Amino acid sequence: MKQFISFVKKEFYHIIRDKRTLFILLVMPIVQIIIFGFALTNEVKNSAIAVLDQSKDAASAELSQEIDESNYFTIQKSLNNASEIEPEFKKGKIKMVVVFPQNFGSDLKHFNKAQIQLIADASDPNVANTMVSYASRIIMDYQNRVNQELKLPYTIKTEYRMLYNPQLKGAYSFVPGVMSMVLMLICTMMTAITIVKEKELGTMEVMLVSPVQPLKIVIAKAVPYLMLSIINICTILLLSVFVLDVPINGSLVLLILESILFILTSLALGLLISSATDSQQTAMFISLTGMFLPTIMLSGFMFPIENMPLPLQIISNAVPAKWFYIIVKSVMIKGVGFASVWKETLILTGMMLFLLFLSIKKFKIRLA
Amino acid sequence: MRTLKFLLQKEFRQIFRDPAILRIIFIMPMMQLLLLPMAADYEMKDIKLTVVDQDHSSYSQQLISKITASGYFKLIDYSASYSRAMEDVEQDRSDLILTIPPKFEKDLVKEDESTVFMSINAINGVKANLGGAYLGQIIQDYNREVRLKWIQFPRFNPEPQIDITFSNWFNQRMNYKYFMVPGILVILITMVGSFLATLNIVKEKEIGTIEQINVTPIKRHHFILGKLIPFWILGLAILTIGLTIARVIYGIIPTGHFYVIYVFAAIYLFSILGLGLLISNYTSNQQQAMLISFFLMMIFILLSGLYTSIDSMPGWAQVITRFNPVTYFIEVMRMVVLKGSGLRDIAGQIFTVLGFGIVLNACAILSYHKRA
Amino acid sequence: MIITENLTKRFGHFTAVDAISFQVKKGEIFGFLGANGAGKTTAMRMLCGLSLPTSGKASVAGFDVFKQTEDIKRNIGYMSQKFSLYEDLTVIENMRFYGGIYGKSDAFIREKTAYVLKELQLENEAKKLVKSLPLGWKQKLAFSVAIFHEPSIVFLDEPTGGVDPVTRREFWNLIYQAAEQGITIFVTTHYMDEAEYCNRVSIMVDGKIEALDSPTGLKQSFAAKSMDEVFLKLARKATRTAN
Repeated sequence: MKQFISFVKKEFYHIIRDKRTLFILLVMPIVQIIIFGFALTNEVKNSAIAVLDQSKDAASAELSQEIDESNYFTIQKSLNNASEIEPEFKKGKIKMVVVFPQNFGSDLKHFNKAQIQLIADASDPNVANTMVSYASRIIMDYQNRVNQELKLPYTIKTEYRMLYNPQLKGAYSFVPGVMSMVLMLICTMMTAITIVKEKELGTMEVMLVSPVQPLKIVIAKAVPYLMLSIINICTILLLSVFVLDVPINGSLVLLILESILFILTSLALGLLISSATDSQQTAMFISLTGMFLPTIMLSGFMFPIENMPLPLQIISNAVPAKWFYIIVKSVMIKGVGFASVWKETLILTGMMLFLLFLSIKKFKIRLA
Repeated sequence: MRTLKFLLQKEFRQIFRDPAILRIIFIMPMMQLLLLPMAADYEMKDIKLTVVDQDHSSYSQQLISKITASGYFKLIDYSASYSRAMEDVEQDRSDLILTIPPKFEKDLVKEDESTVFMSINAINGVKANLGGAYLGQIIQDYNREVRLKWIQFPRFNPEPQIDITFSNWFNQRMNYKYFMVPGILVILITMVGSFLATLNIVKEKEIGTIEQINVTPIKRHHFILGKLIPFWILGLAILTIGLTIARVIYGIIPTGHFYVIYVFAAIYLFSILGLGLLISNYTSNQQQAMLISFFLMMIFILLSGLYTSIDSMPGWAQVITRFNPVTYFIEVMRMVVLKGSGLRDIAGQIFTVLGFGIVLNACAILSYHKRA
Repeated sequence: MIITENLTKRFGHFTAVDAISFQVKKGEIFGFLGANGAGKTTAMRMLCGLSLPTSGKASVAGFDVFKQTEDIKRNIGYMSQKFSLYEDLTVIENMRFYGGIYGKSDAFIREKTAYVLKELQLENEAKKLVKSLPLGWKQKLAFSVAIFHEPSIVFLDEPTGGVDPVTRREFWNLIYQAAEQGITIFVTTHYMDEAEYCNRVSIMVDGKIEALDSPTGLKQSFAAKSMDEVFLKLARKATRTAN
């Protein structure tokens, strides 16, 4: 045991003395939270649009102003004819054009029916969709207001209630994702690289010759990263609560325990990778393409899993981060207890044991 | 000049003899291009819906049928109690709860007004907004139908109605892949170009062969060019592979001209490799270099407009994106591929990235010291 | 060939090389000895233009180490402790590369390559990757590559580390040959028997040169029977050890 501790101490020294690396490992989650929390959002805000008003009457002016005043849009240009639309789109700044046909206002007044055309730059279909939706909503709200004045009978009113995230903050779906990403990076990639580095330098052999069991040596390498990860989780949670206003609705203890479970899974993964590679470069690239990218893509935090083609949905079940993401969302944001996440916890535990078993076996084979 | 020739010979030989690198260059692009676009789909469909119908009237049934017929929603559960429905949401089985109160039909007919309630899982704010908007729209349509049934409207429709027609340009089929694939290609080129270049130099530092170079009369700029050129060529090779995959697998054919893409790519690589070289001058071992490169790359990629639109970012973030070469390349890629923009349209981006490149490479050369 | 005058290198408060002064003649085999941490490698790096001296004067092959390092580099060869051949290039490719970057013509490179292959009996290994060669051959090849461009001085930093005695002797034969051709040899080592092979030897202790003479002269001055003894007598005085 004492020998094990001296190995752990040595590993700590390695990490602490490499100030640049340490700095990045501790600062990275902070930077990510800031970026995700404040900069990234799928929301449409102040999108630059143009208006082609061929009617130029009070109604079109009023509606245009409402669109401009909304948080979603900013009318940057007024176009004069349809041929200007394509070059504007090509320049890349304008994402949507609202077209009022001639006689818009008078048609609406006299025939109670008028048309508006929304032309969207569908290069980014997602944004186009959202913009068109929001614009439609504004137009419909306008229409409803006019209707209200007429007091129509048989009106169905709708009341909305936003659960868990009444202010529709993007941070709620990102924070659990950032946790997964950071832990995966530190635990899997760094651990793998550290172990492989000793292999490359040849110092691994020196340690293998010592009386300490090889497995303990490798575990000793993982311990500092375990500690680092726990520090990072605390940083992330603190930032979420105090800077992003994302509360921890469920049990903090449960959250931390589940995080430790995920950390152990990631560490086991790092171990597995290190036992299969001989060069640091390869270890890094396997970590990135084999673990990190799938974590981002298939864990559900950037792209909804239910939209993916079936084979990808099946593969996503093998990504530990997917289960962890569900657990964190449920515990942290929905505030549920263990009873609701026991299934996911079980799966994650199973994965961890499996990976651990596999990597230990592989490690022993390599030494023989 | 001759020195450069010898340097390049050596570099290329070493690169092609390294099996790990070759695998990375070919496998990574393929994996990313194959998996990512398939996963990246924000389209709203099959939103999971639980309906709590406390009225069980013909009207409530009609409303529900109309909702399920729309194709946007998938009816998961038809439950009697709100608390059961909430469990659905808690367990992620459902995204949205529509509650139709008792006496819905009666109130609508007798009191002229009735209310339905929507509870939406808003963890993903955009999804919630859109889901709510779609559902709201369907309910309004249904409302109109109900009115028509009861009131014989005169010839002119007294209910002012604005008909909204939509038109999608450049991506008729609203195919998200058309948008993502060019962006992913940019990321690939950036990673291969910058990462690999940095690692290459730092590895020589770690092994010690760089000292041998420092002791020779090789000039700094020759050495740096000798490192830059092979990866520049590799970057363009990846671009070609990527464009081919995009064509063969996704059927993406750029609307604009290929040469525009290549011209910009050449300048972009020059810039991003300069950054990679700069990083390598300040790190002494591979682990550090990898982590720093990765860290910077991650920030660049996130703040580049690949996944989320730059317009929605706060001011300070937008400023950062303007200093990010990746942003420009993604813009250019999308503009050329989807809209057919030409050299003149992207002149601004060309000059900006060229400027970055000059500054970065100058710094890289100046900070490379053959003598400690 | 080499002239130094109070050459000093300081890293902050730490003086690695403390005002050393010595001269090396053309064609000499000069041994630069000292314990680990005594400052040998630092001193050598200054002479090669790899490190800027803090103070003092020095010139190598007639060029000043402060202002004319690029000229120095054109005229010297260097073999580092780690041999610095490219392991993933073949024997021939390494030679061609180093010949080329020193500005030698294609004709020269061709002839010299053939010559070296014959001398080292590496003709059958010419197209093999360097990493497949045994250590002794690598090291002899590294030396030949270091003098491939026929410099006037070659600097060798602990060139015989980890190699068996037979190969070491063969290596020193190569050094003698080079010296006979007029190449000045500046070699650091801590194999004391190799010190016997040098024309003159200097011993550094704690950054200073504590002794400078021919091996015979040193043995007389220190009343020692071997260079080992000389070294031990001097090294005992050292207060610095390698960190």
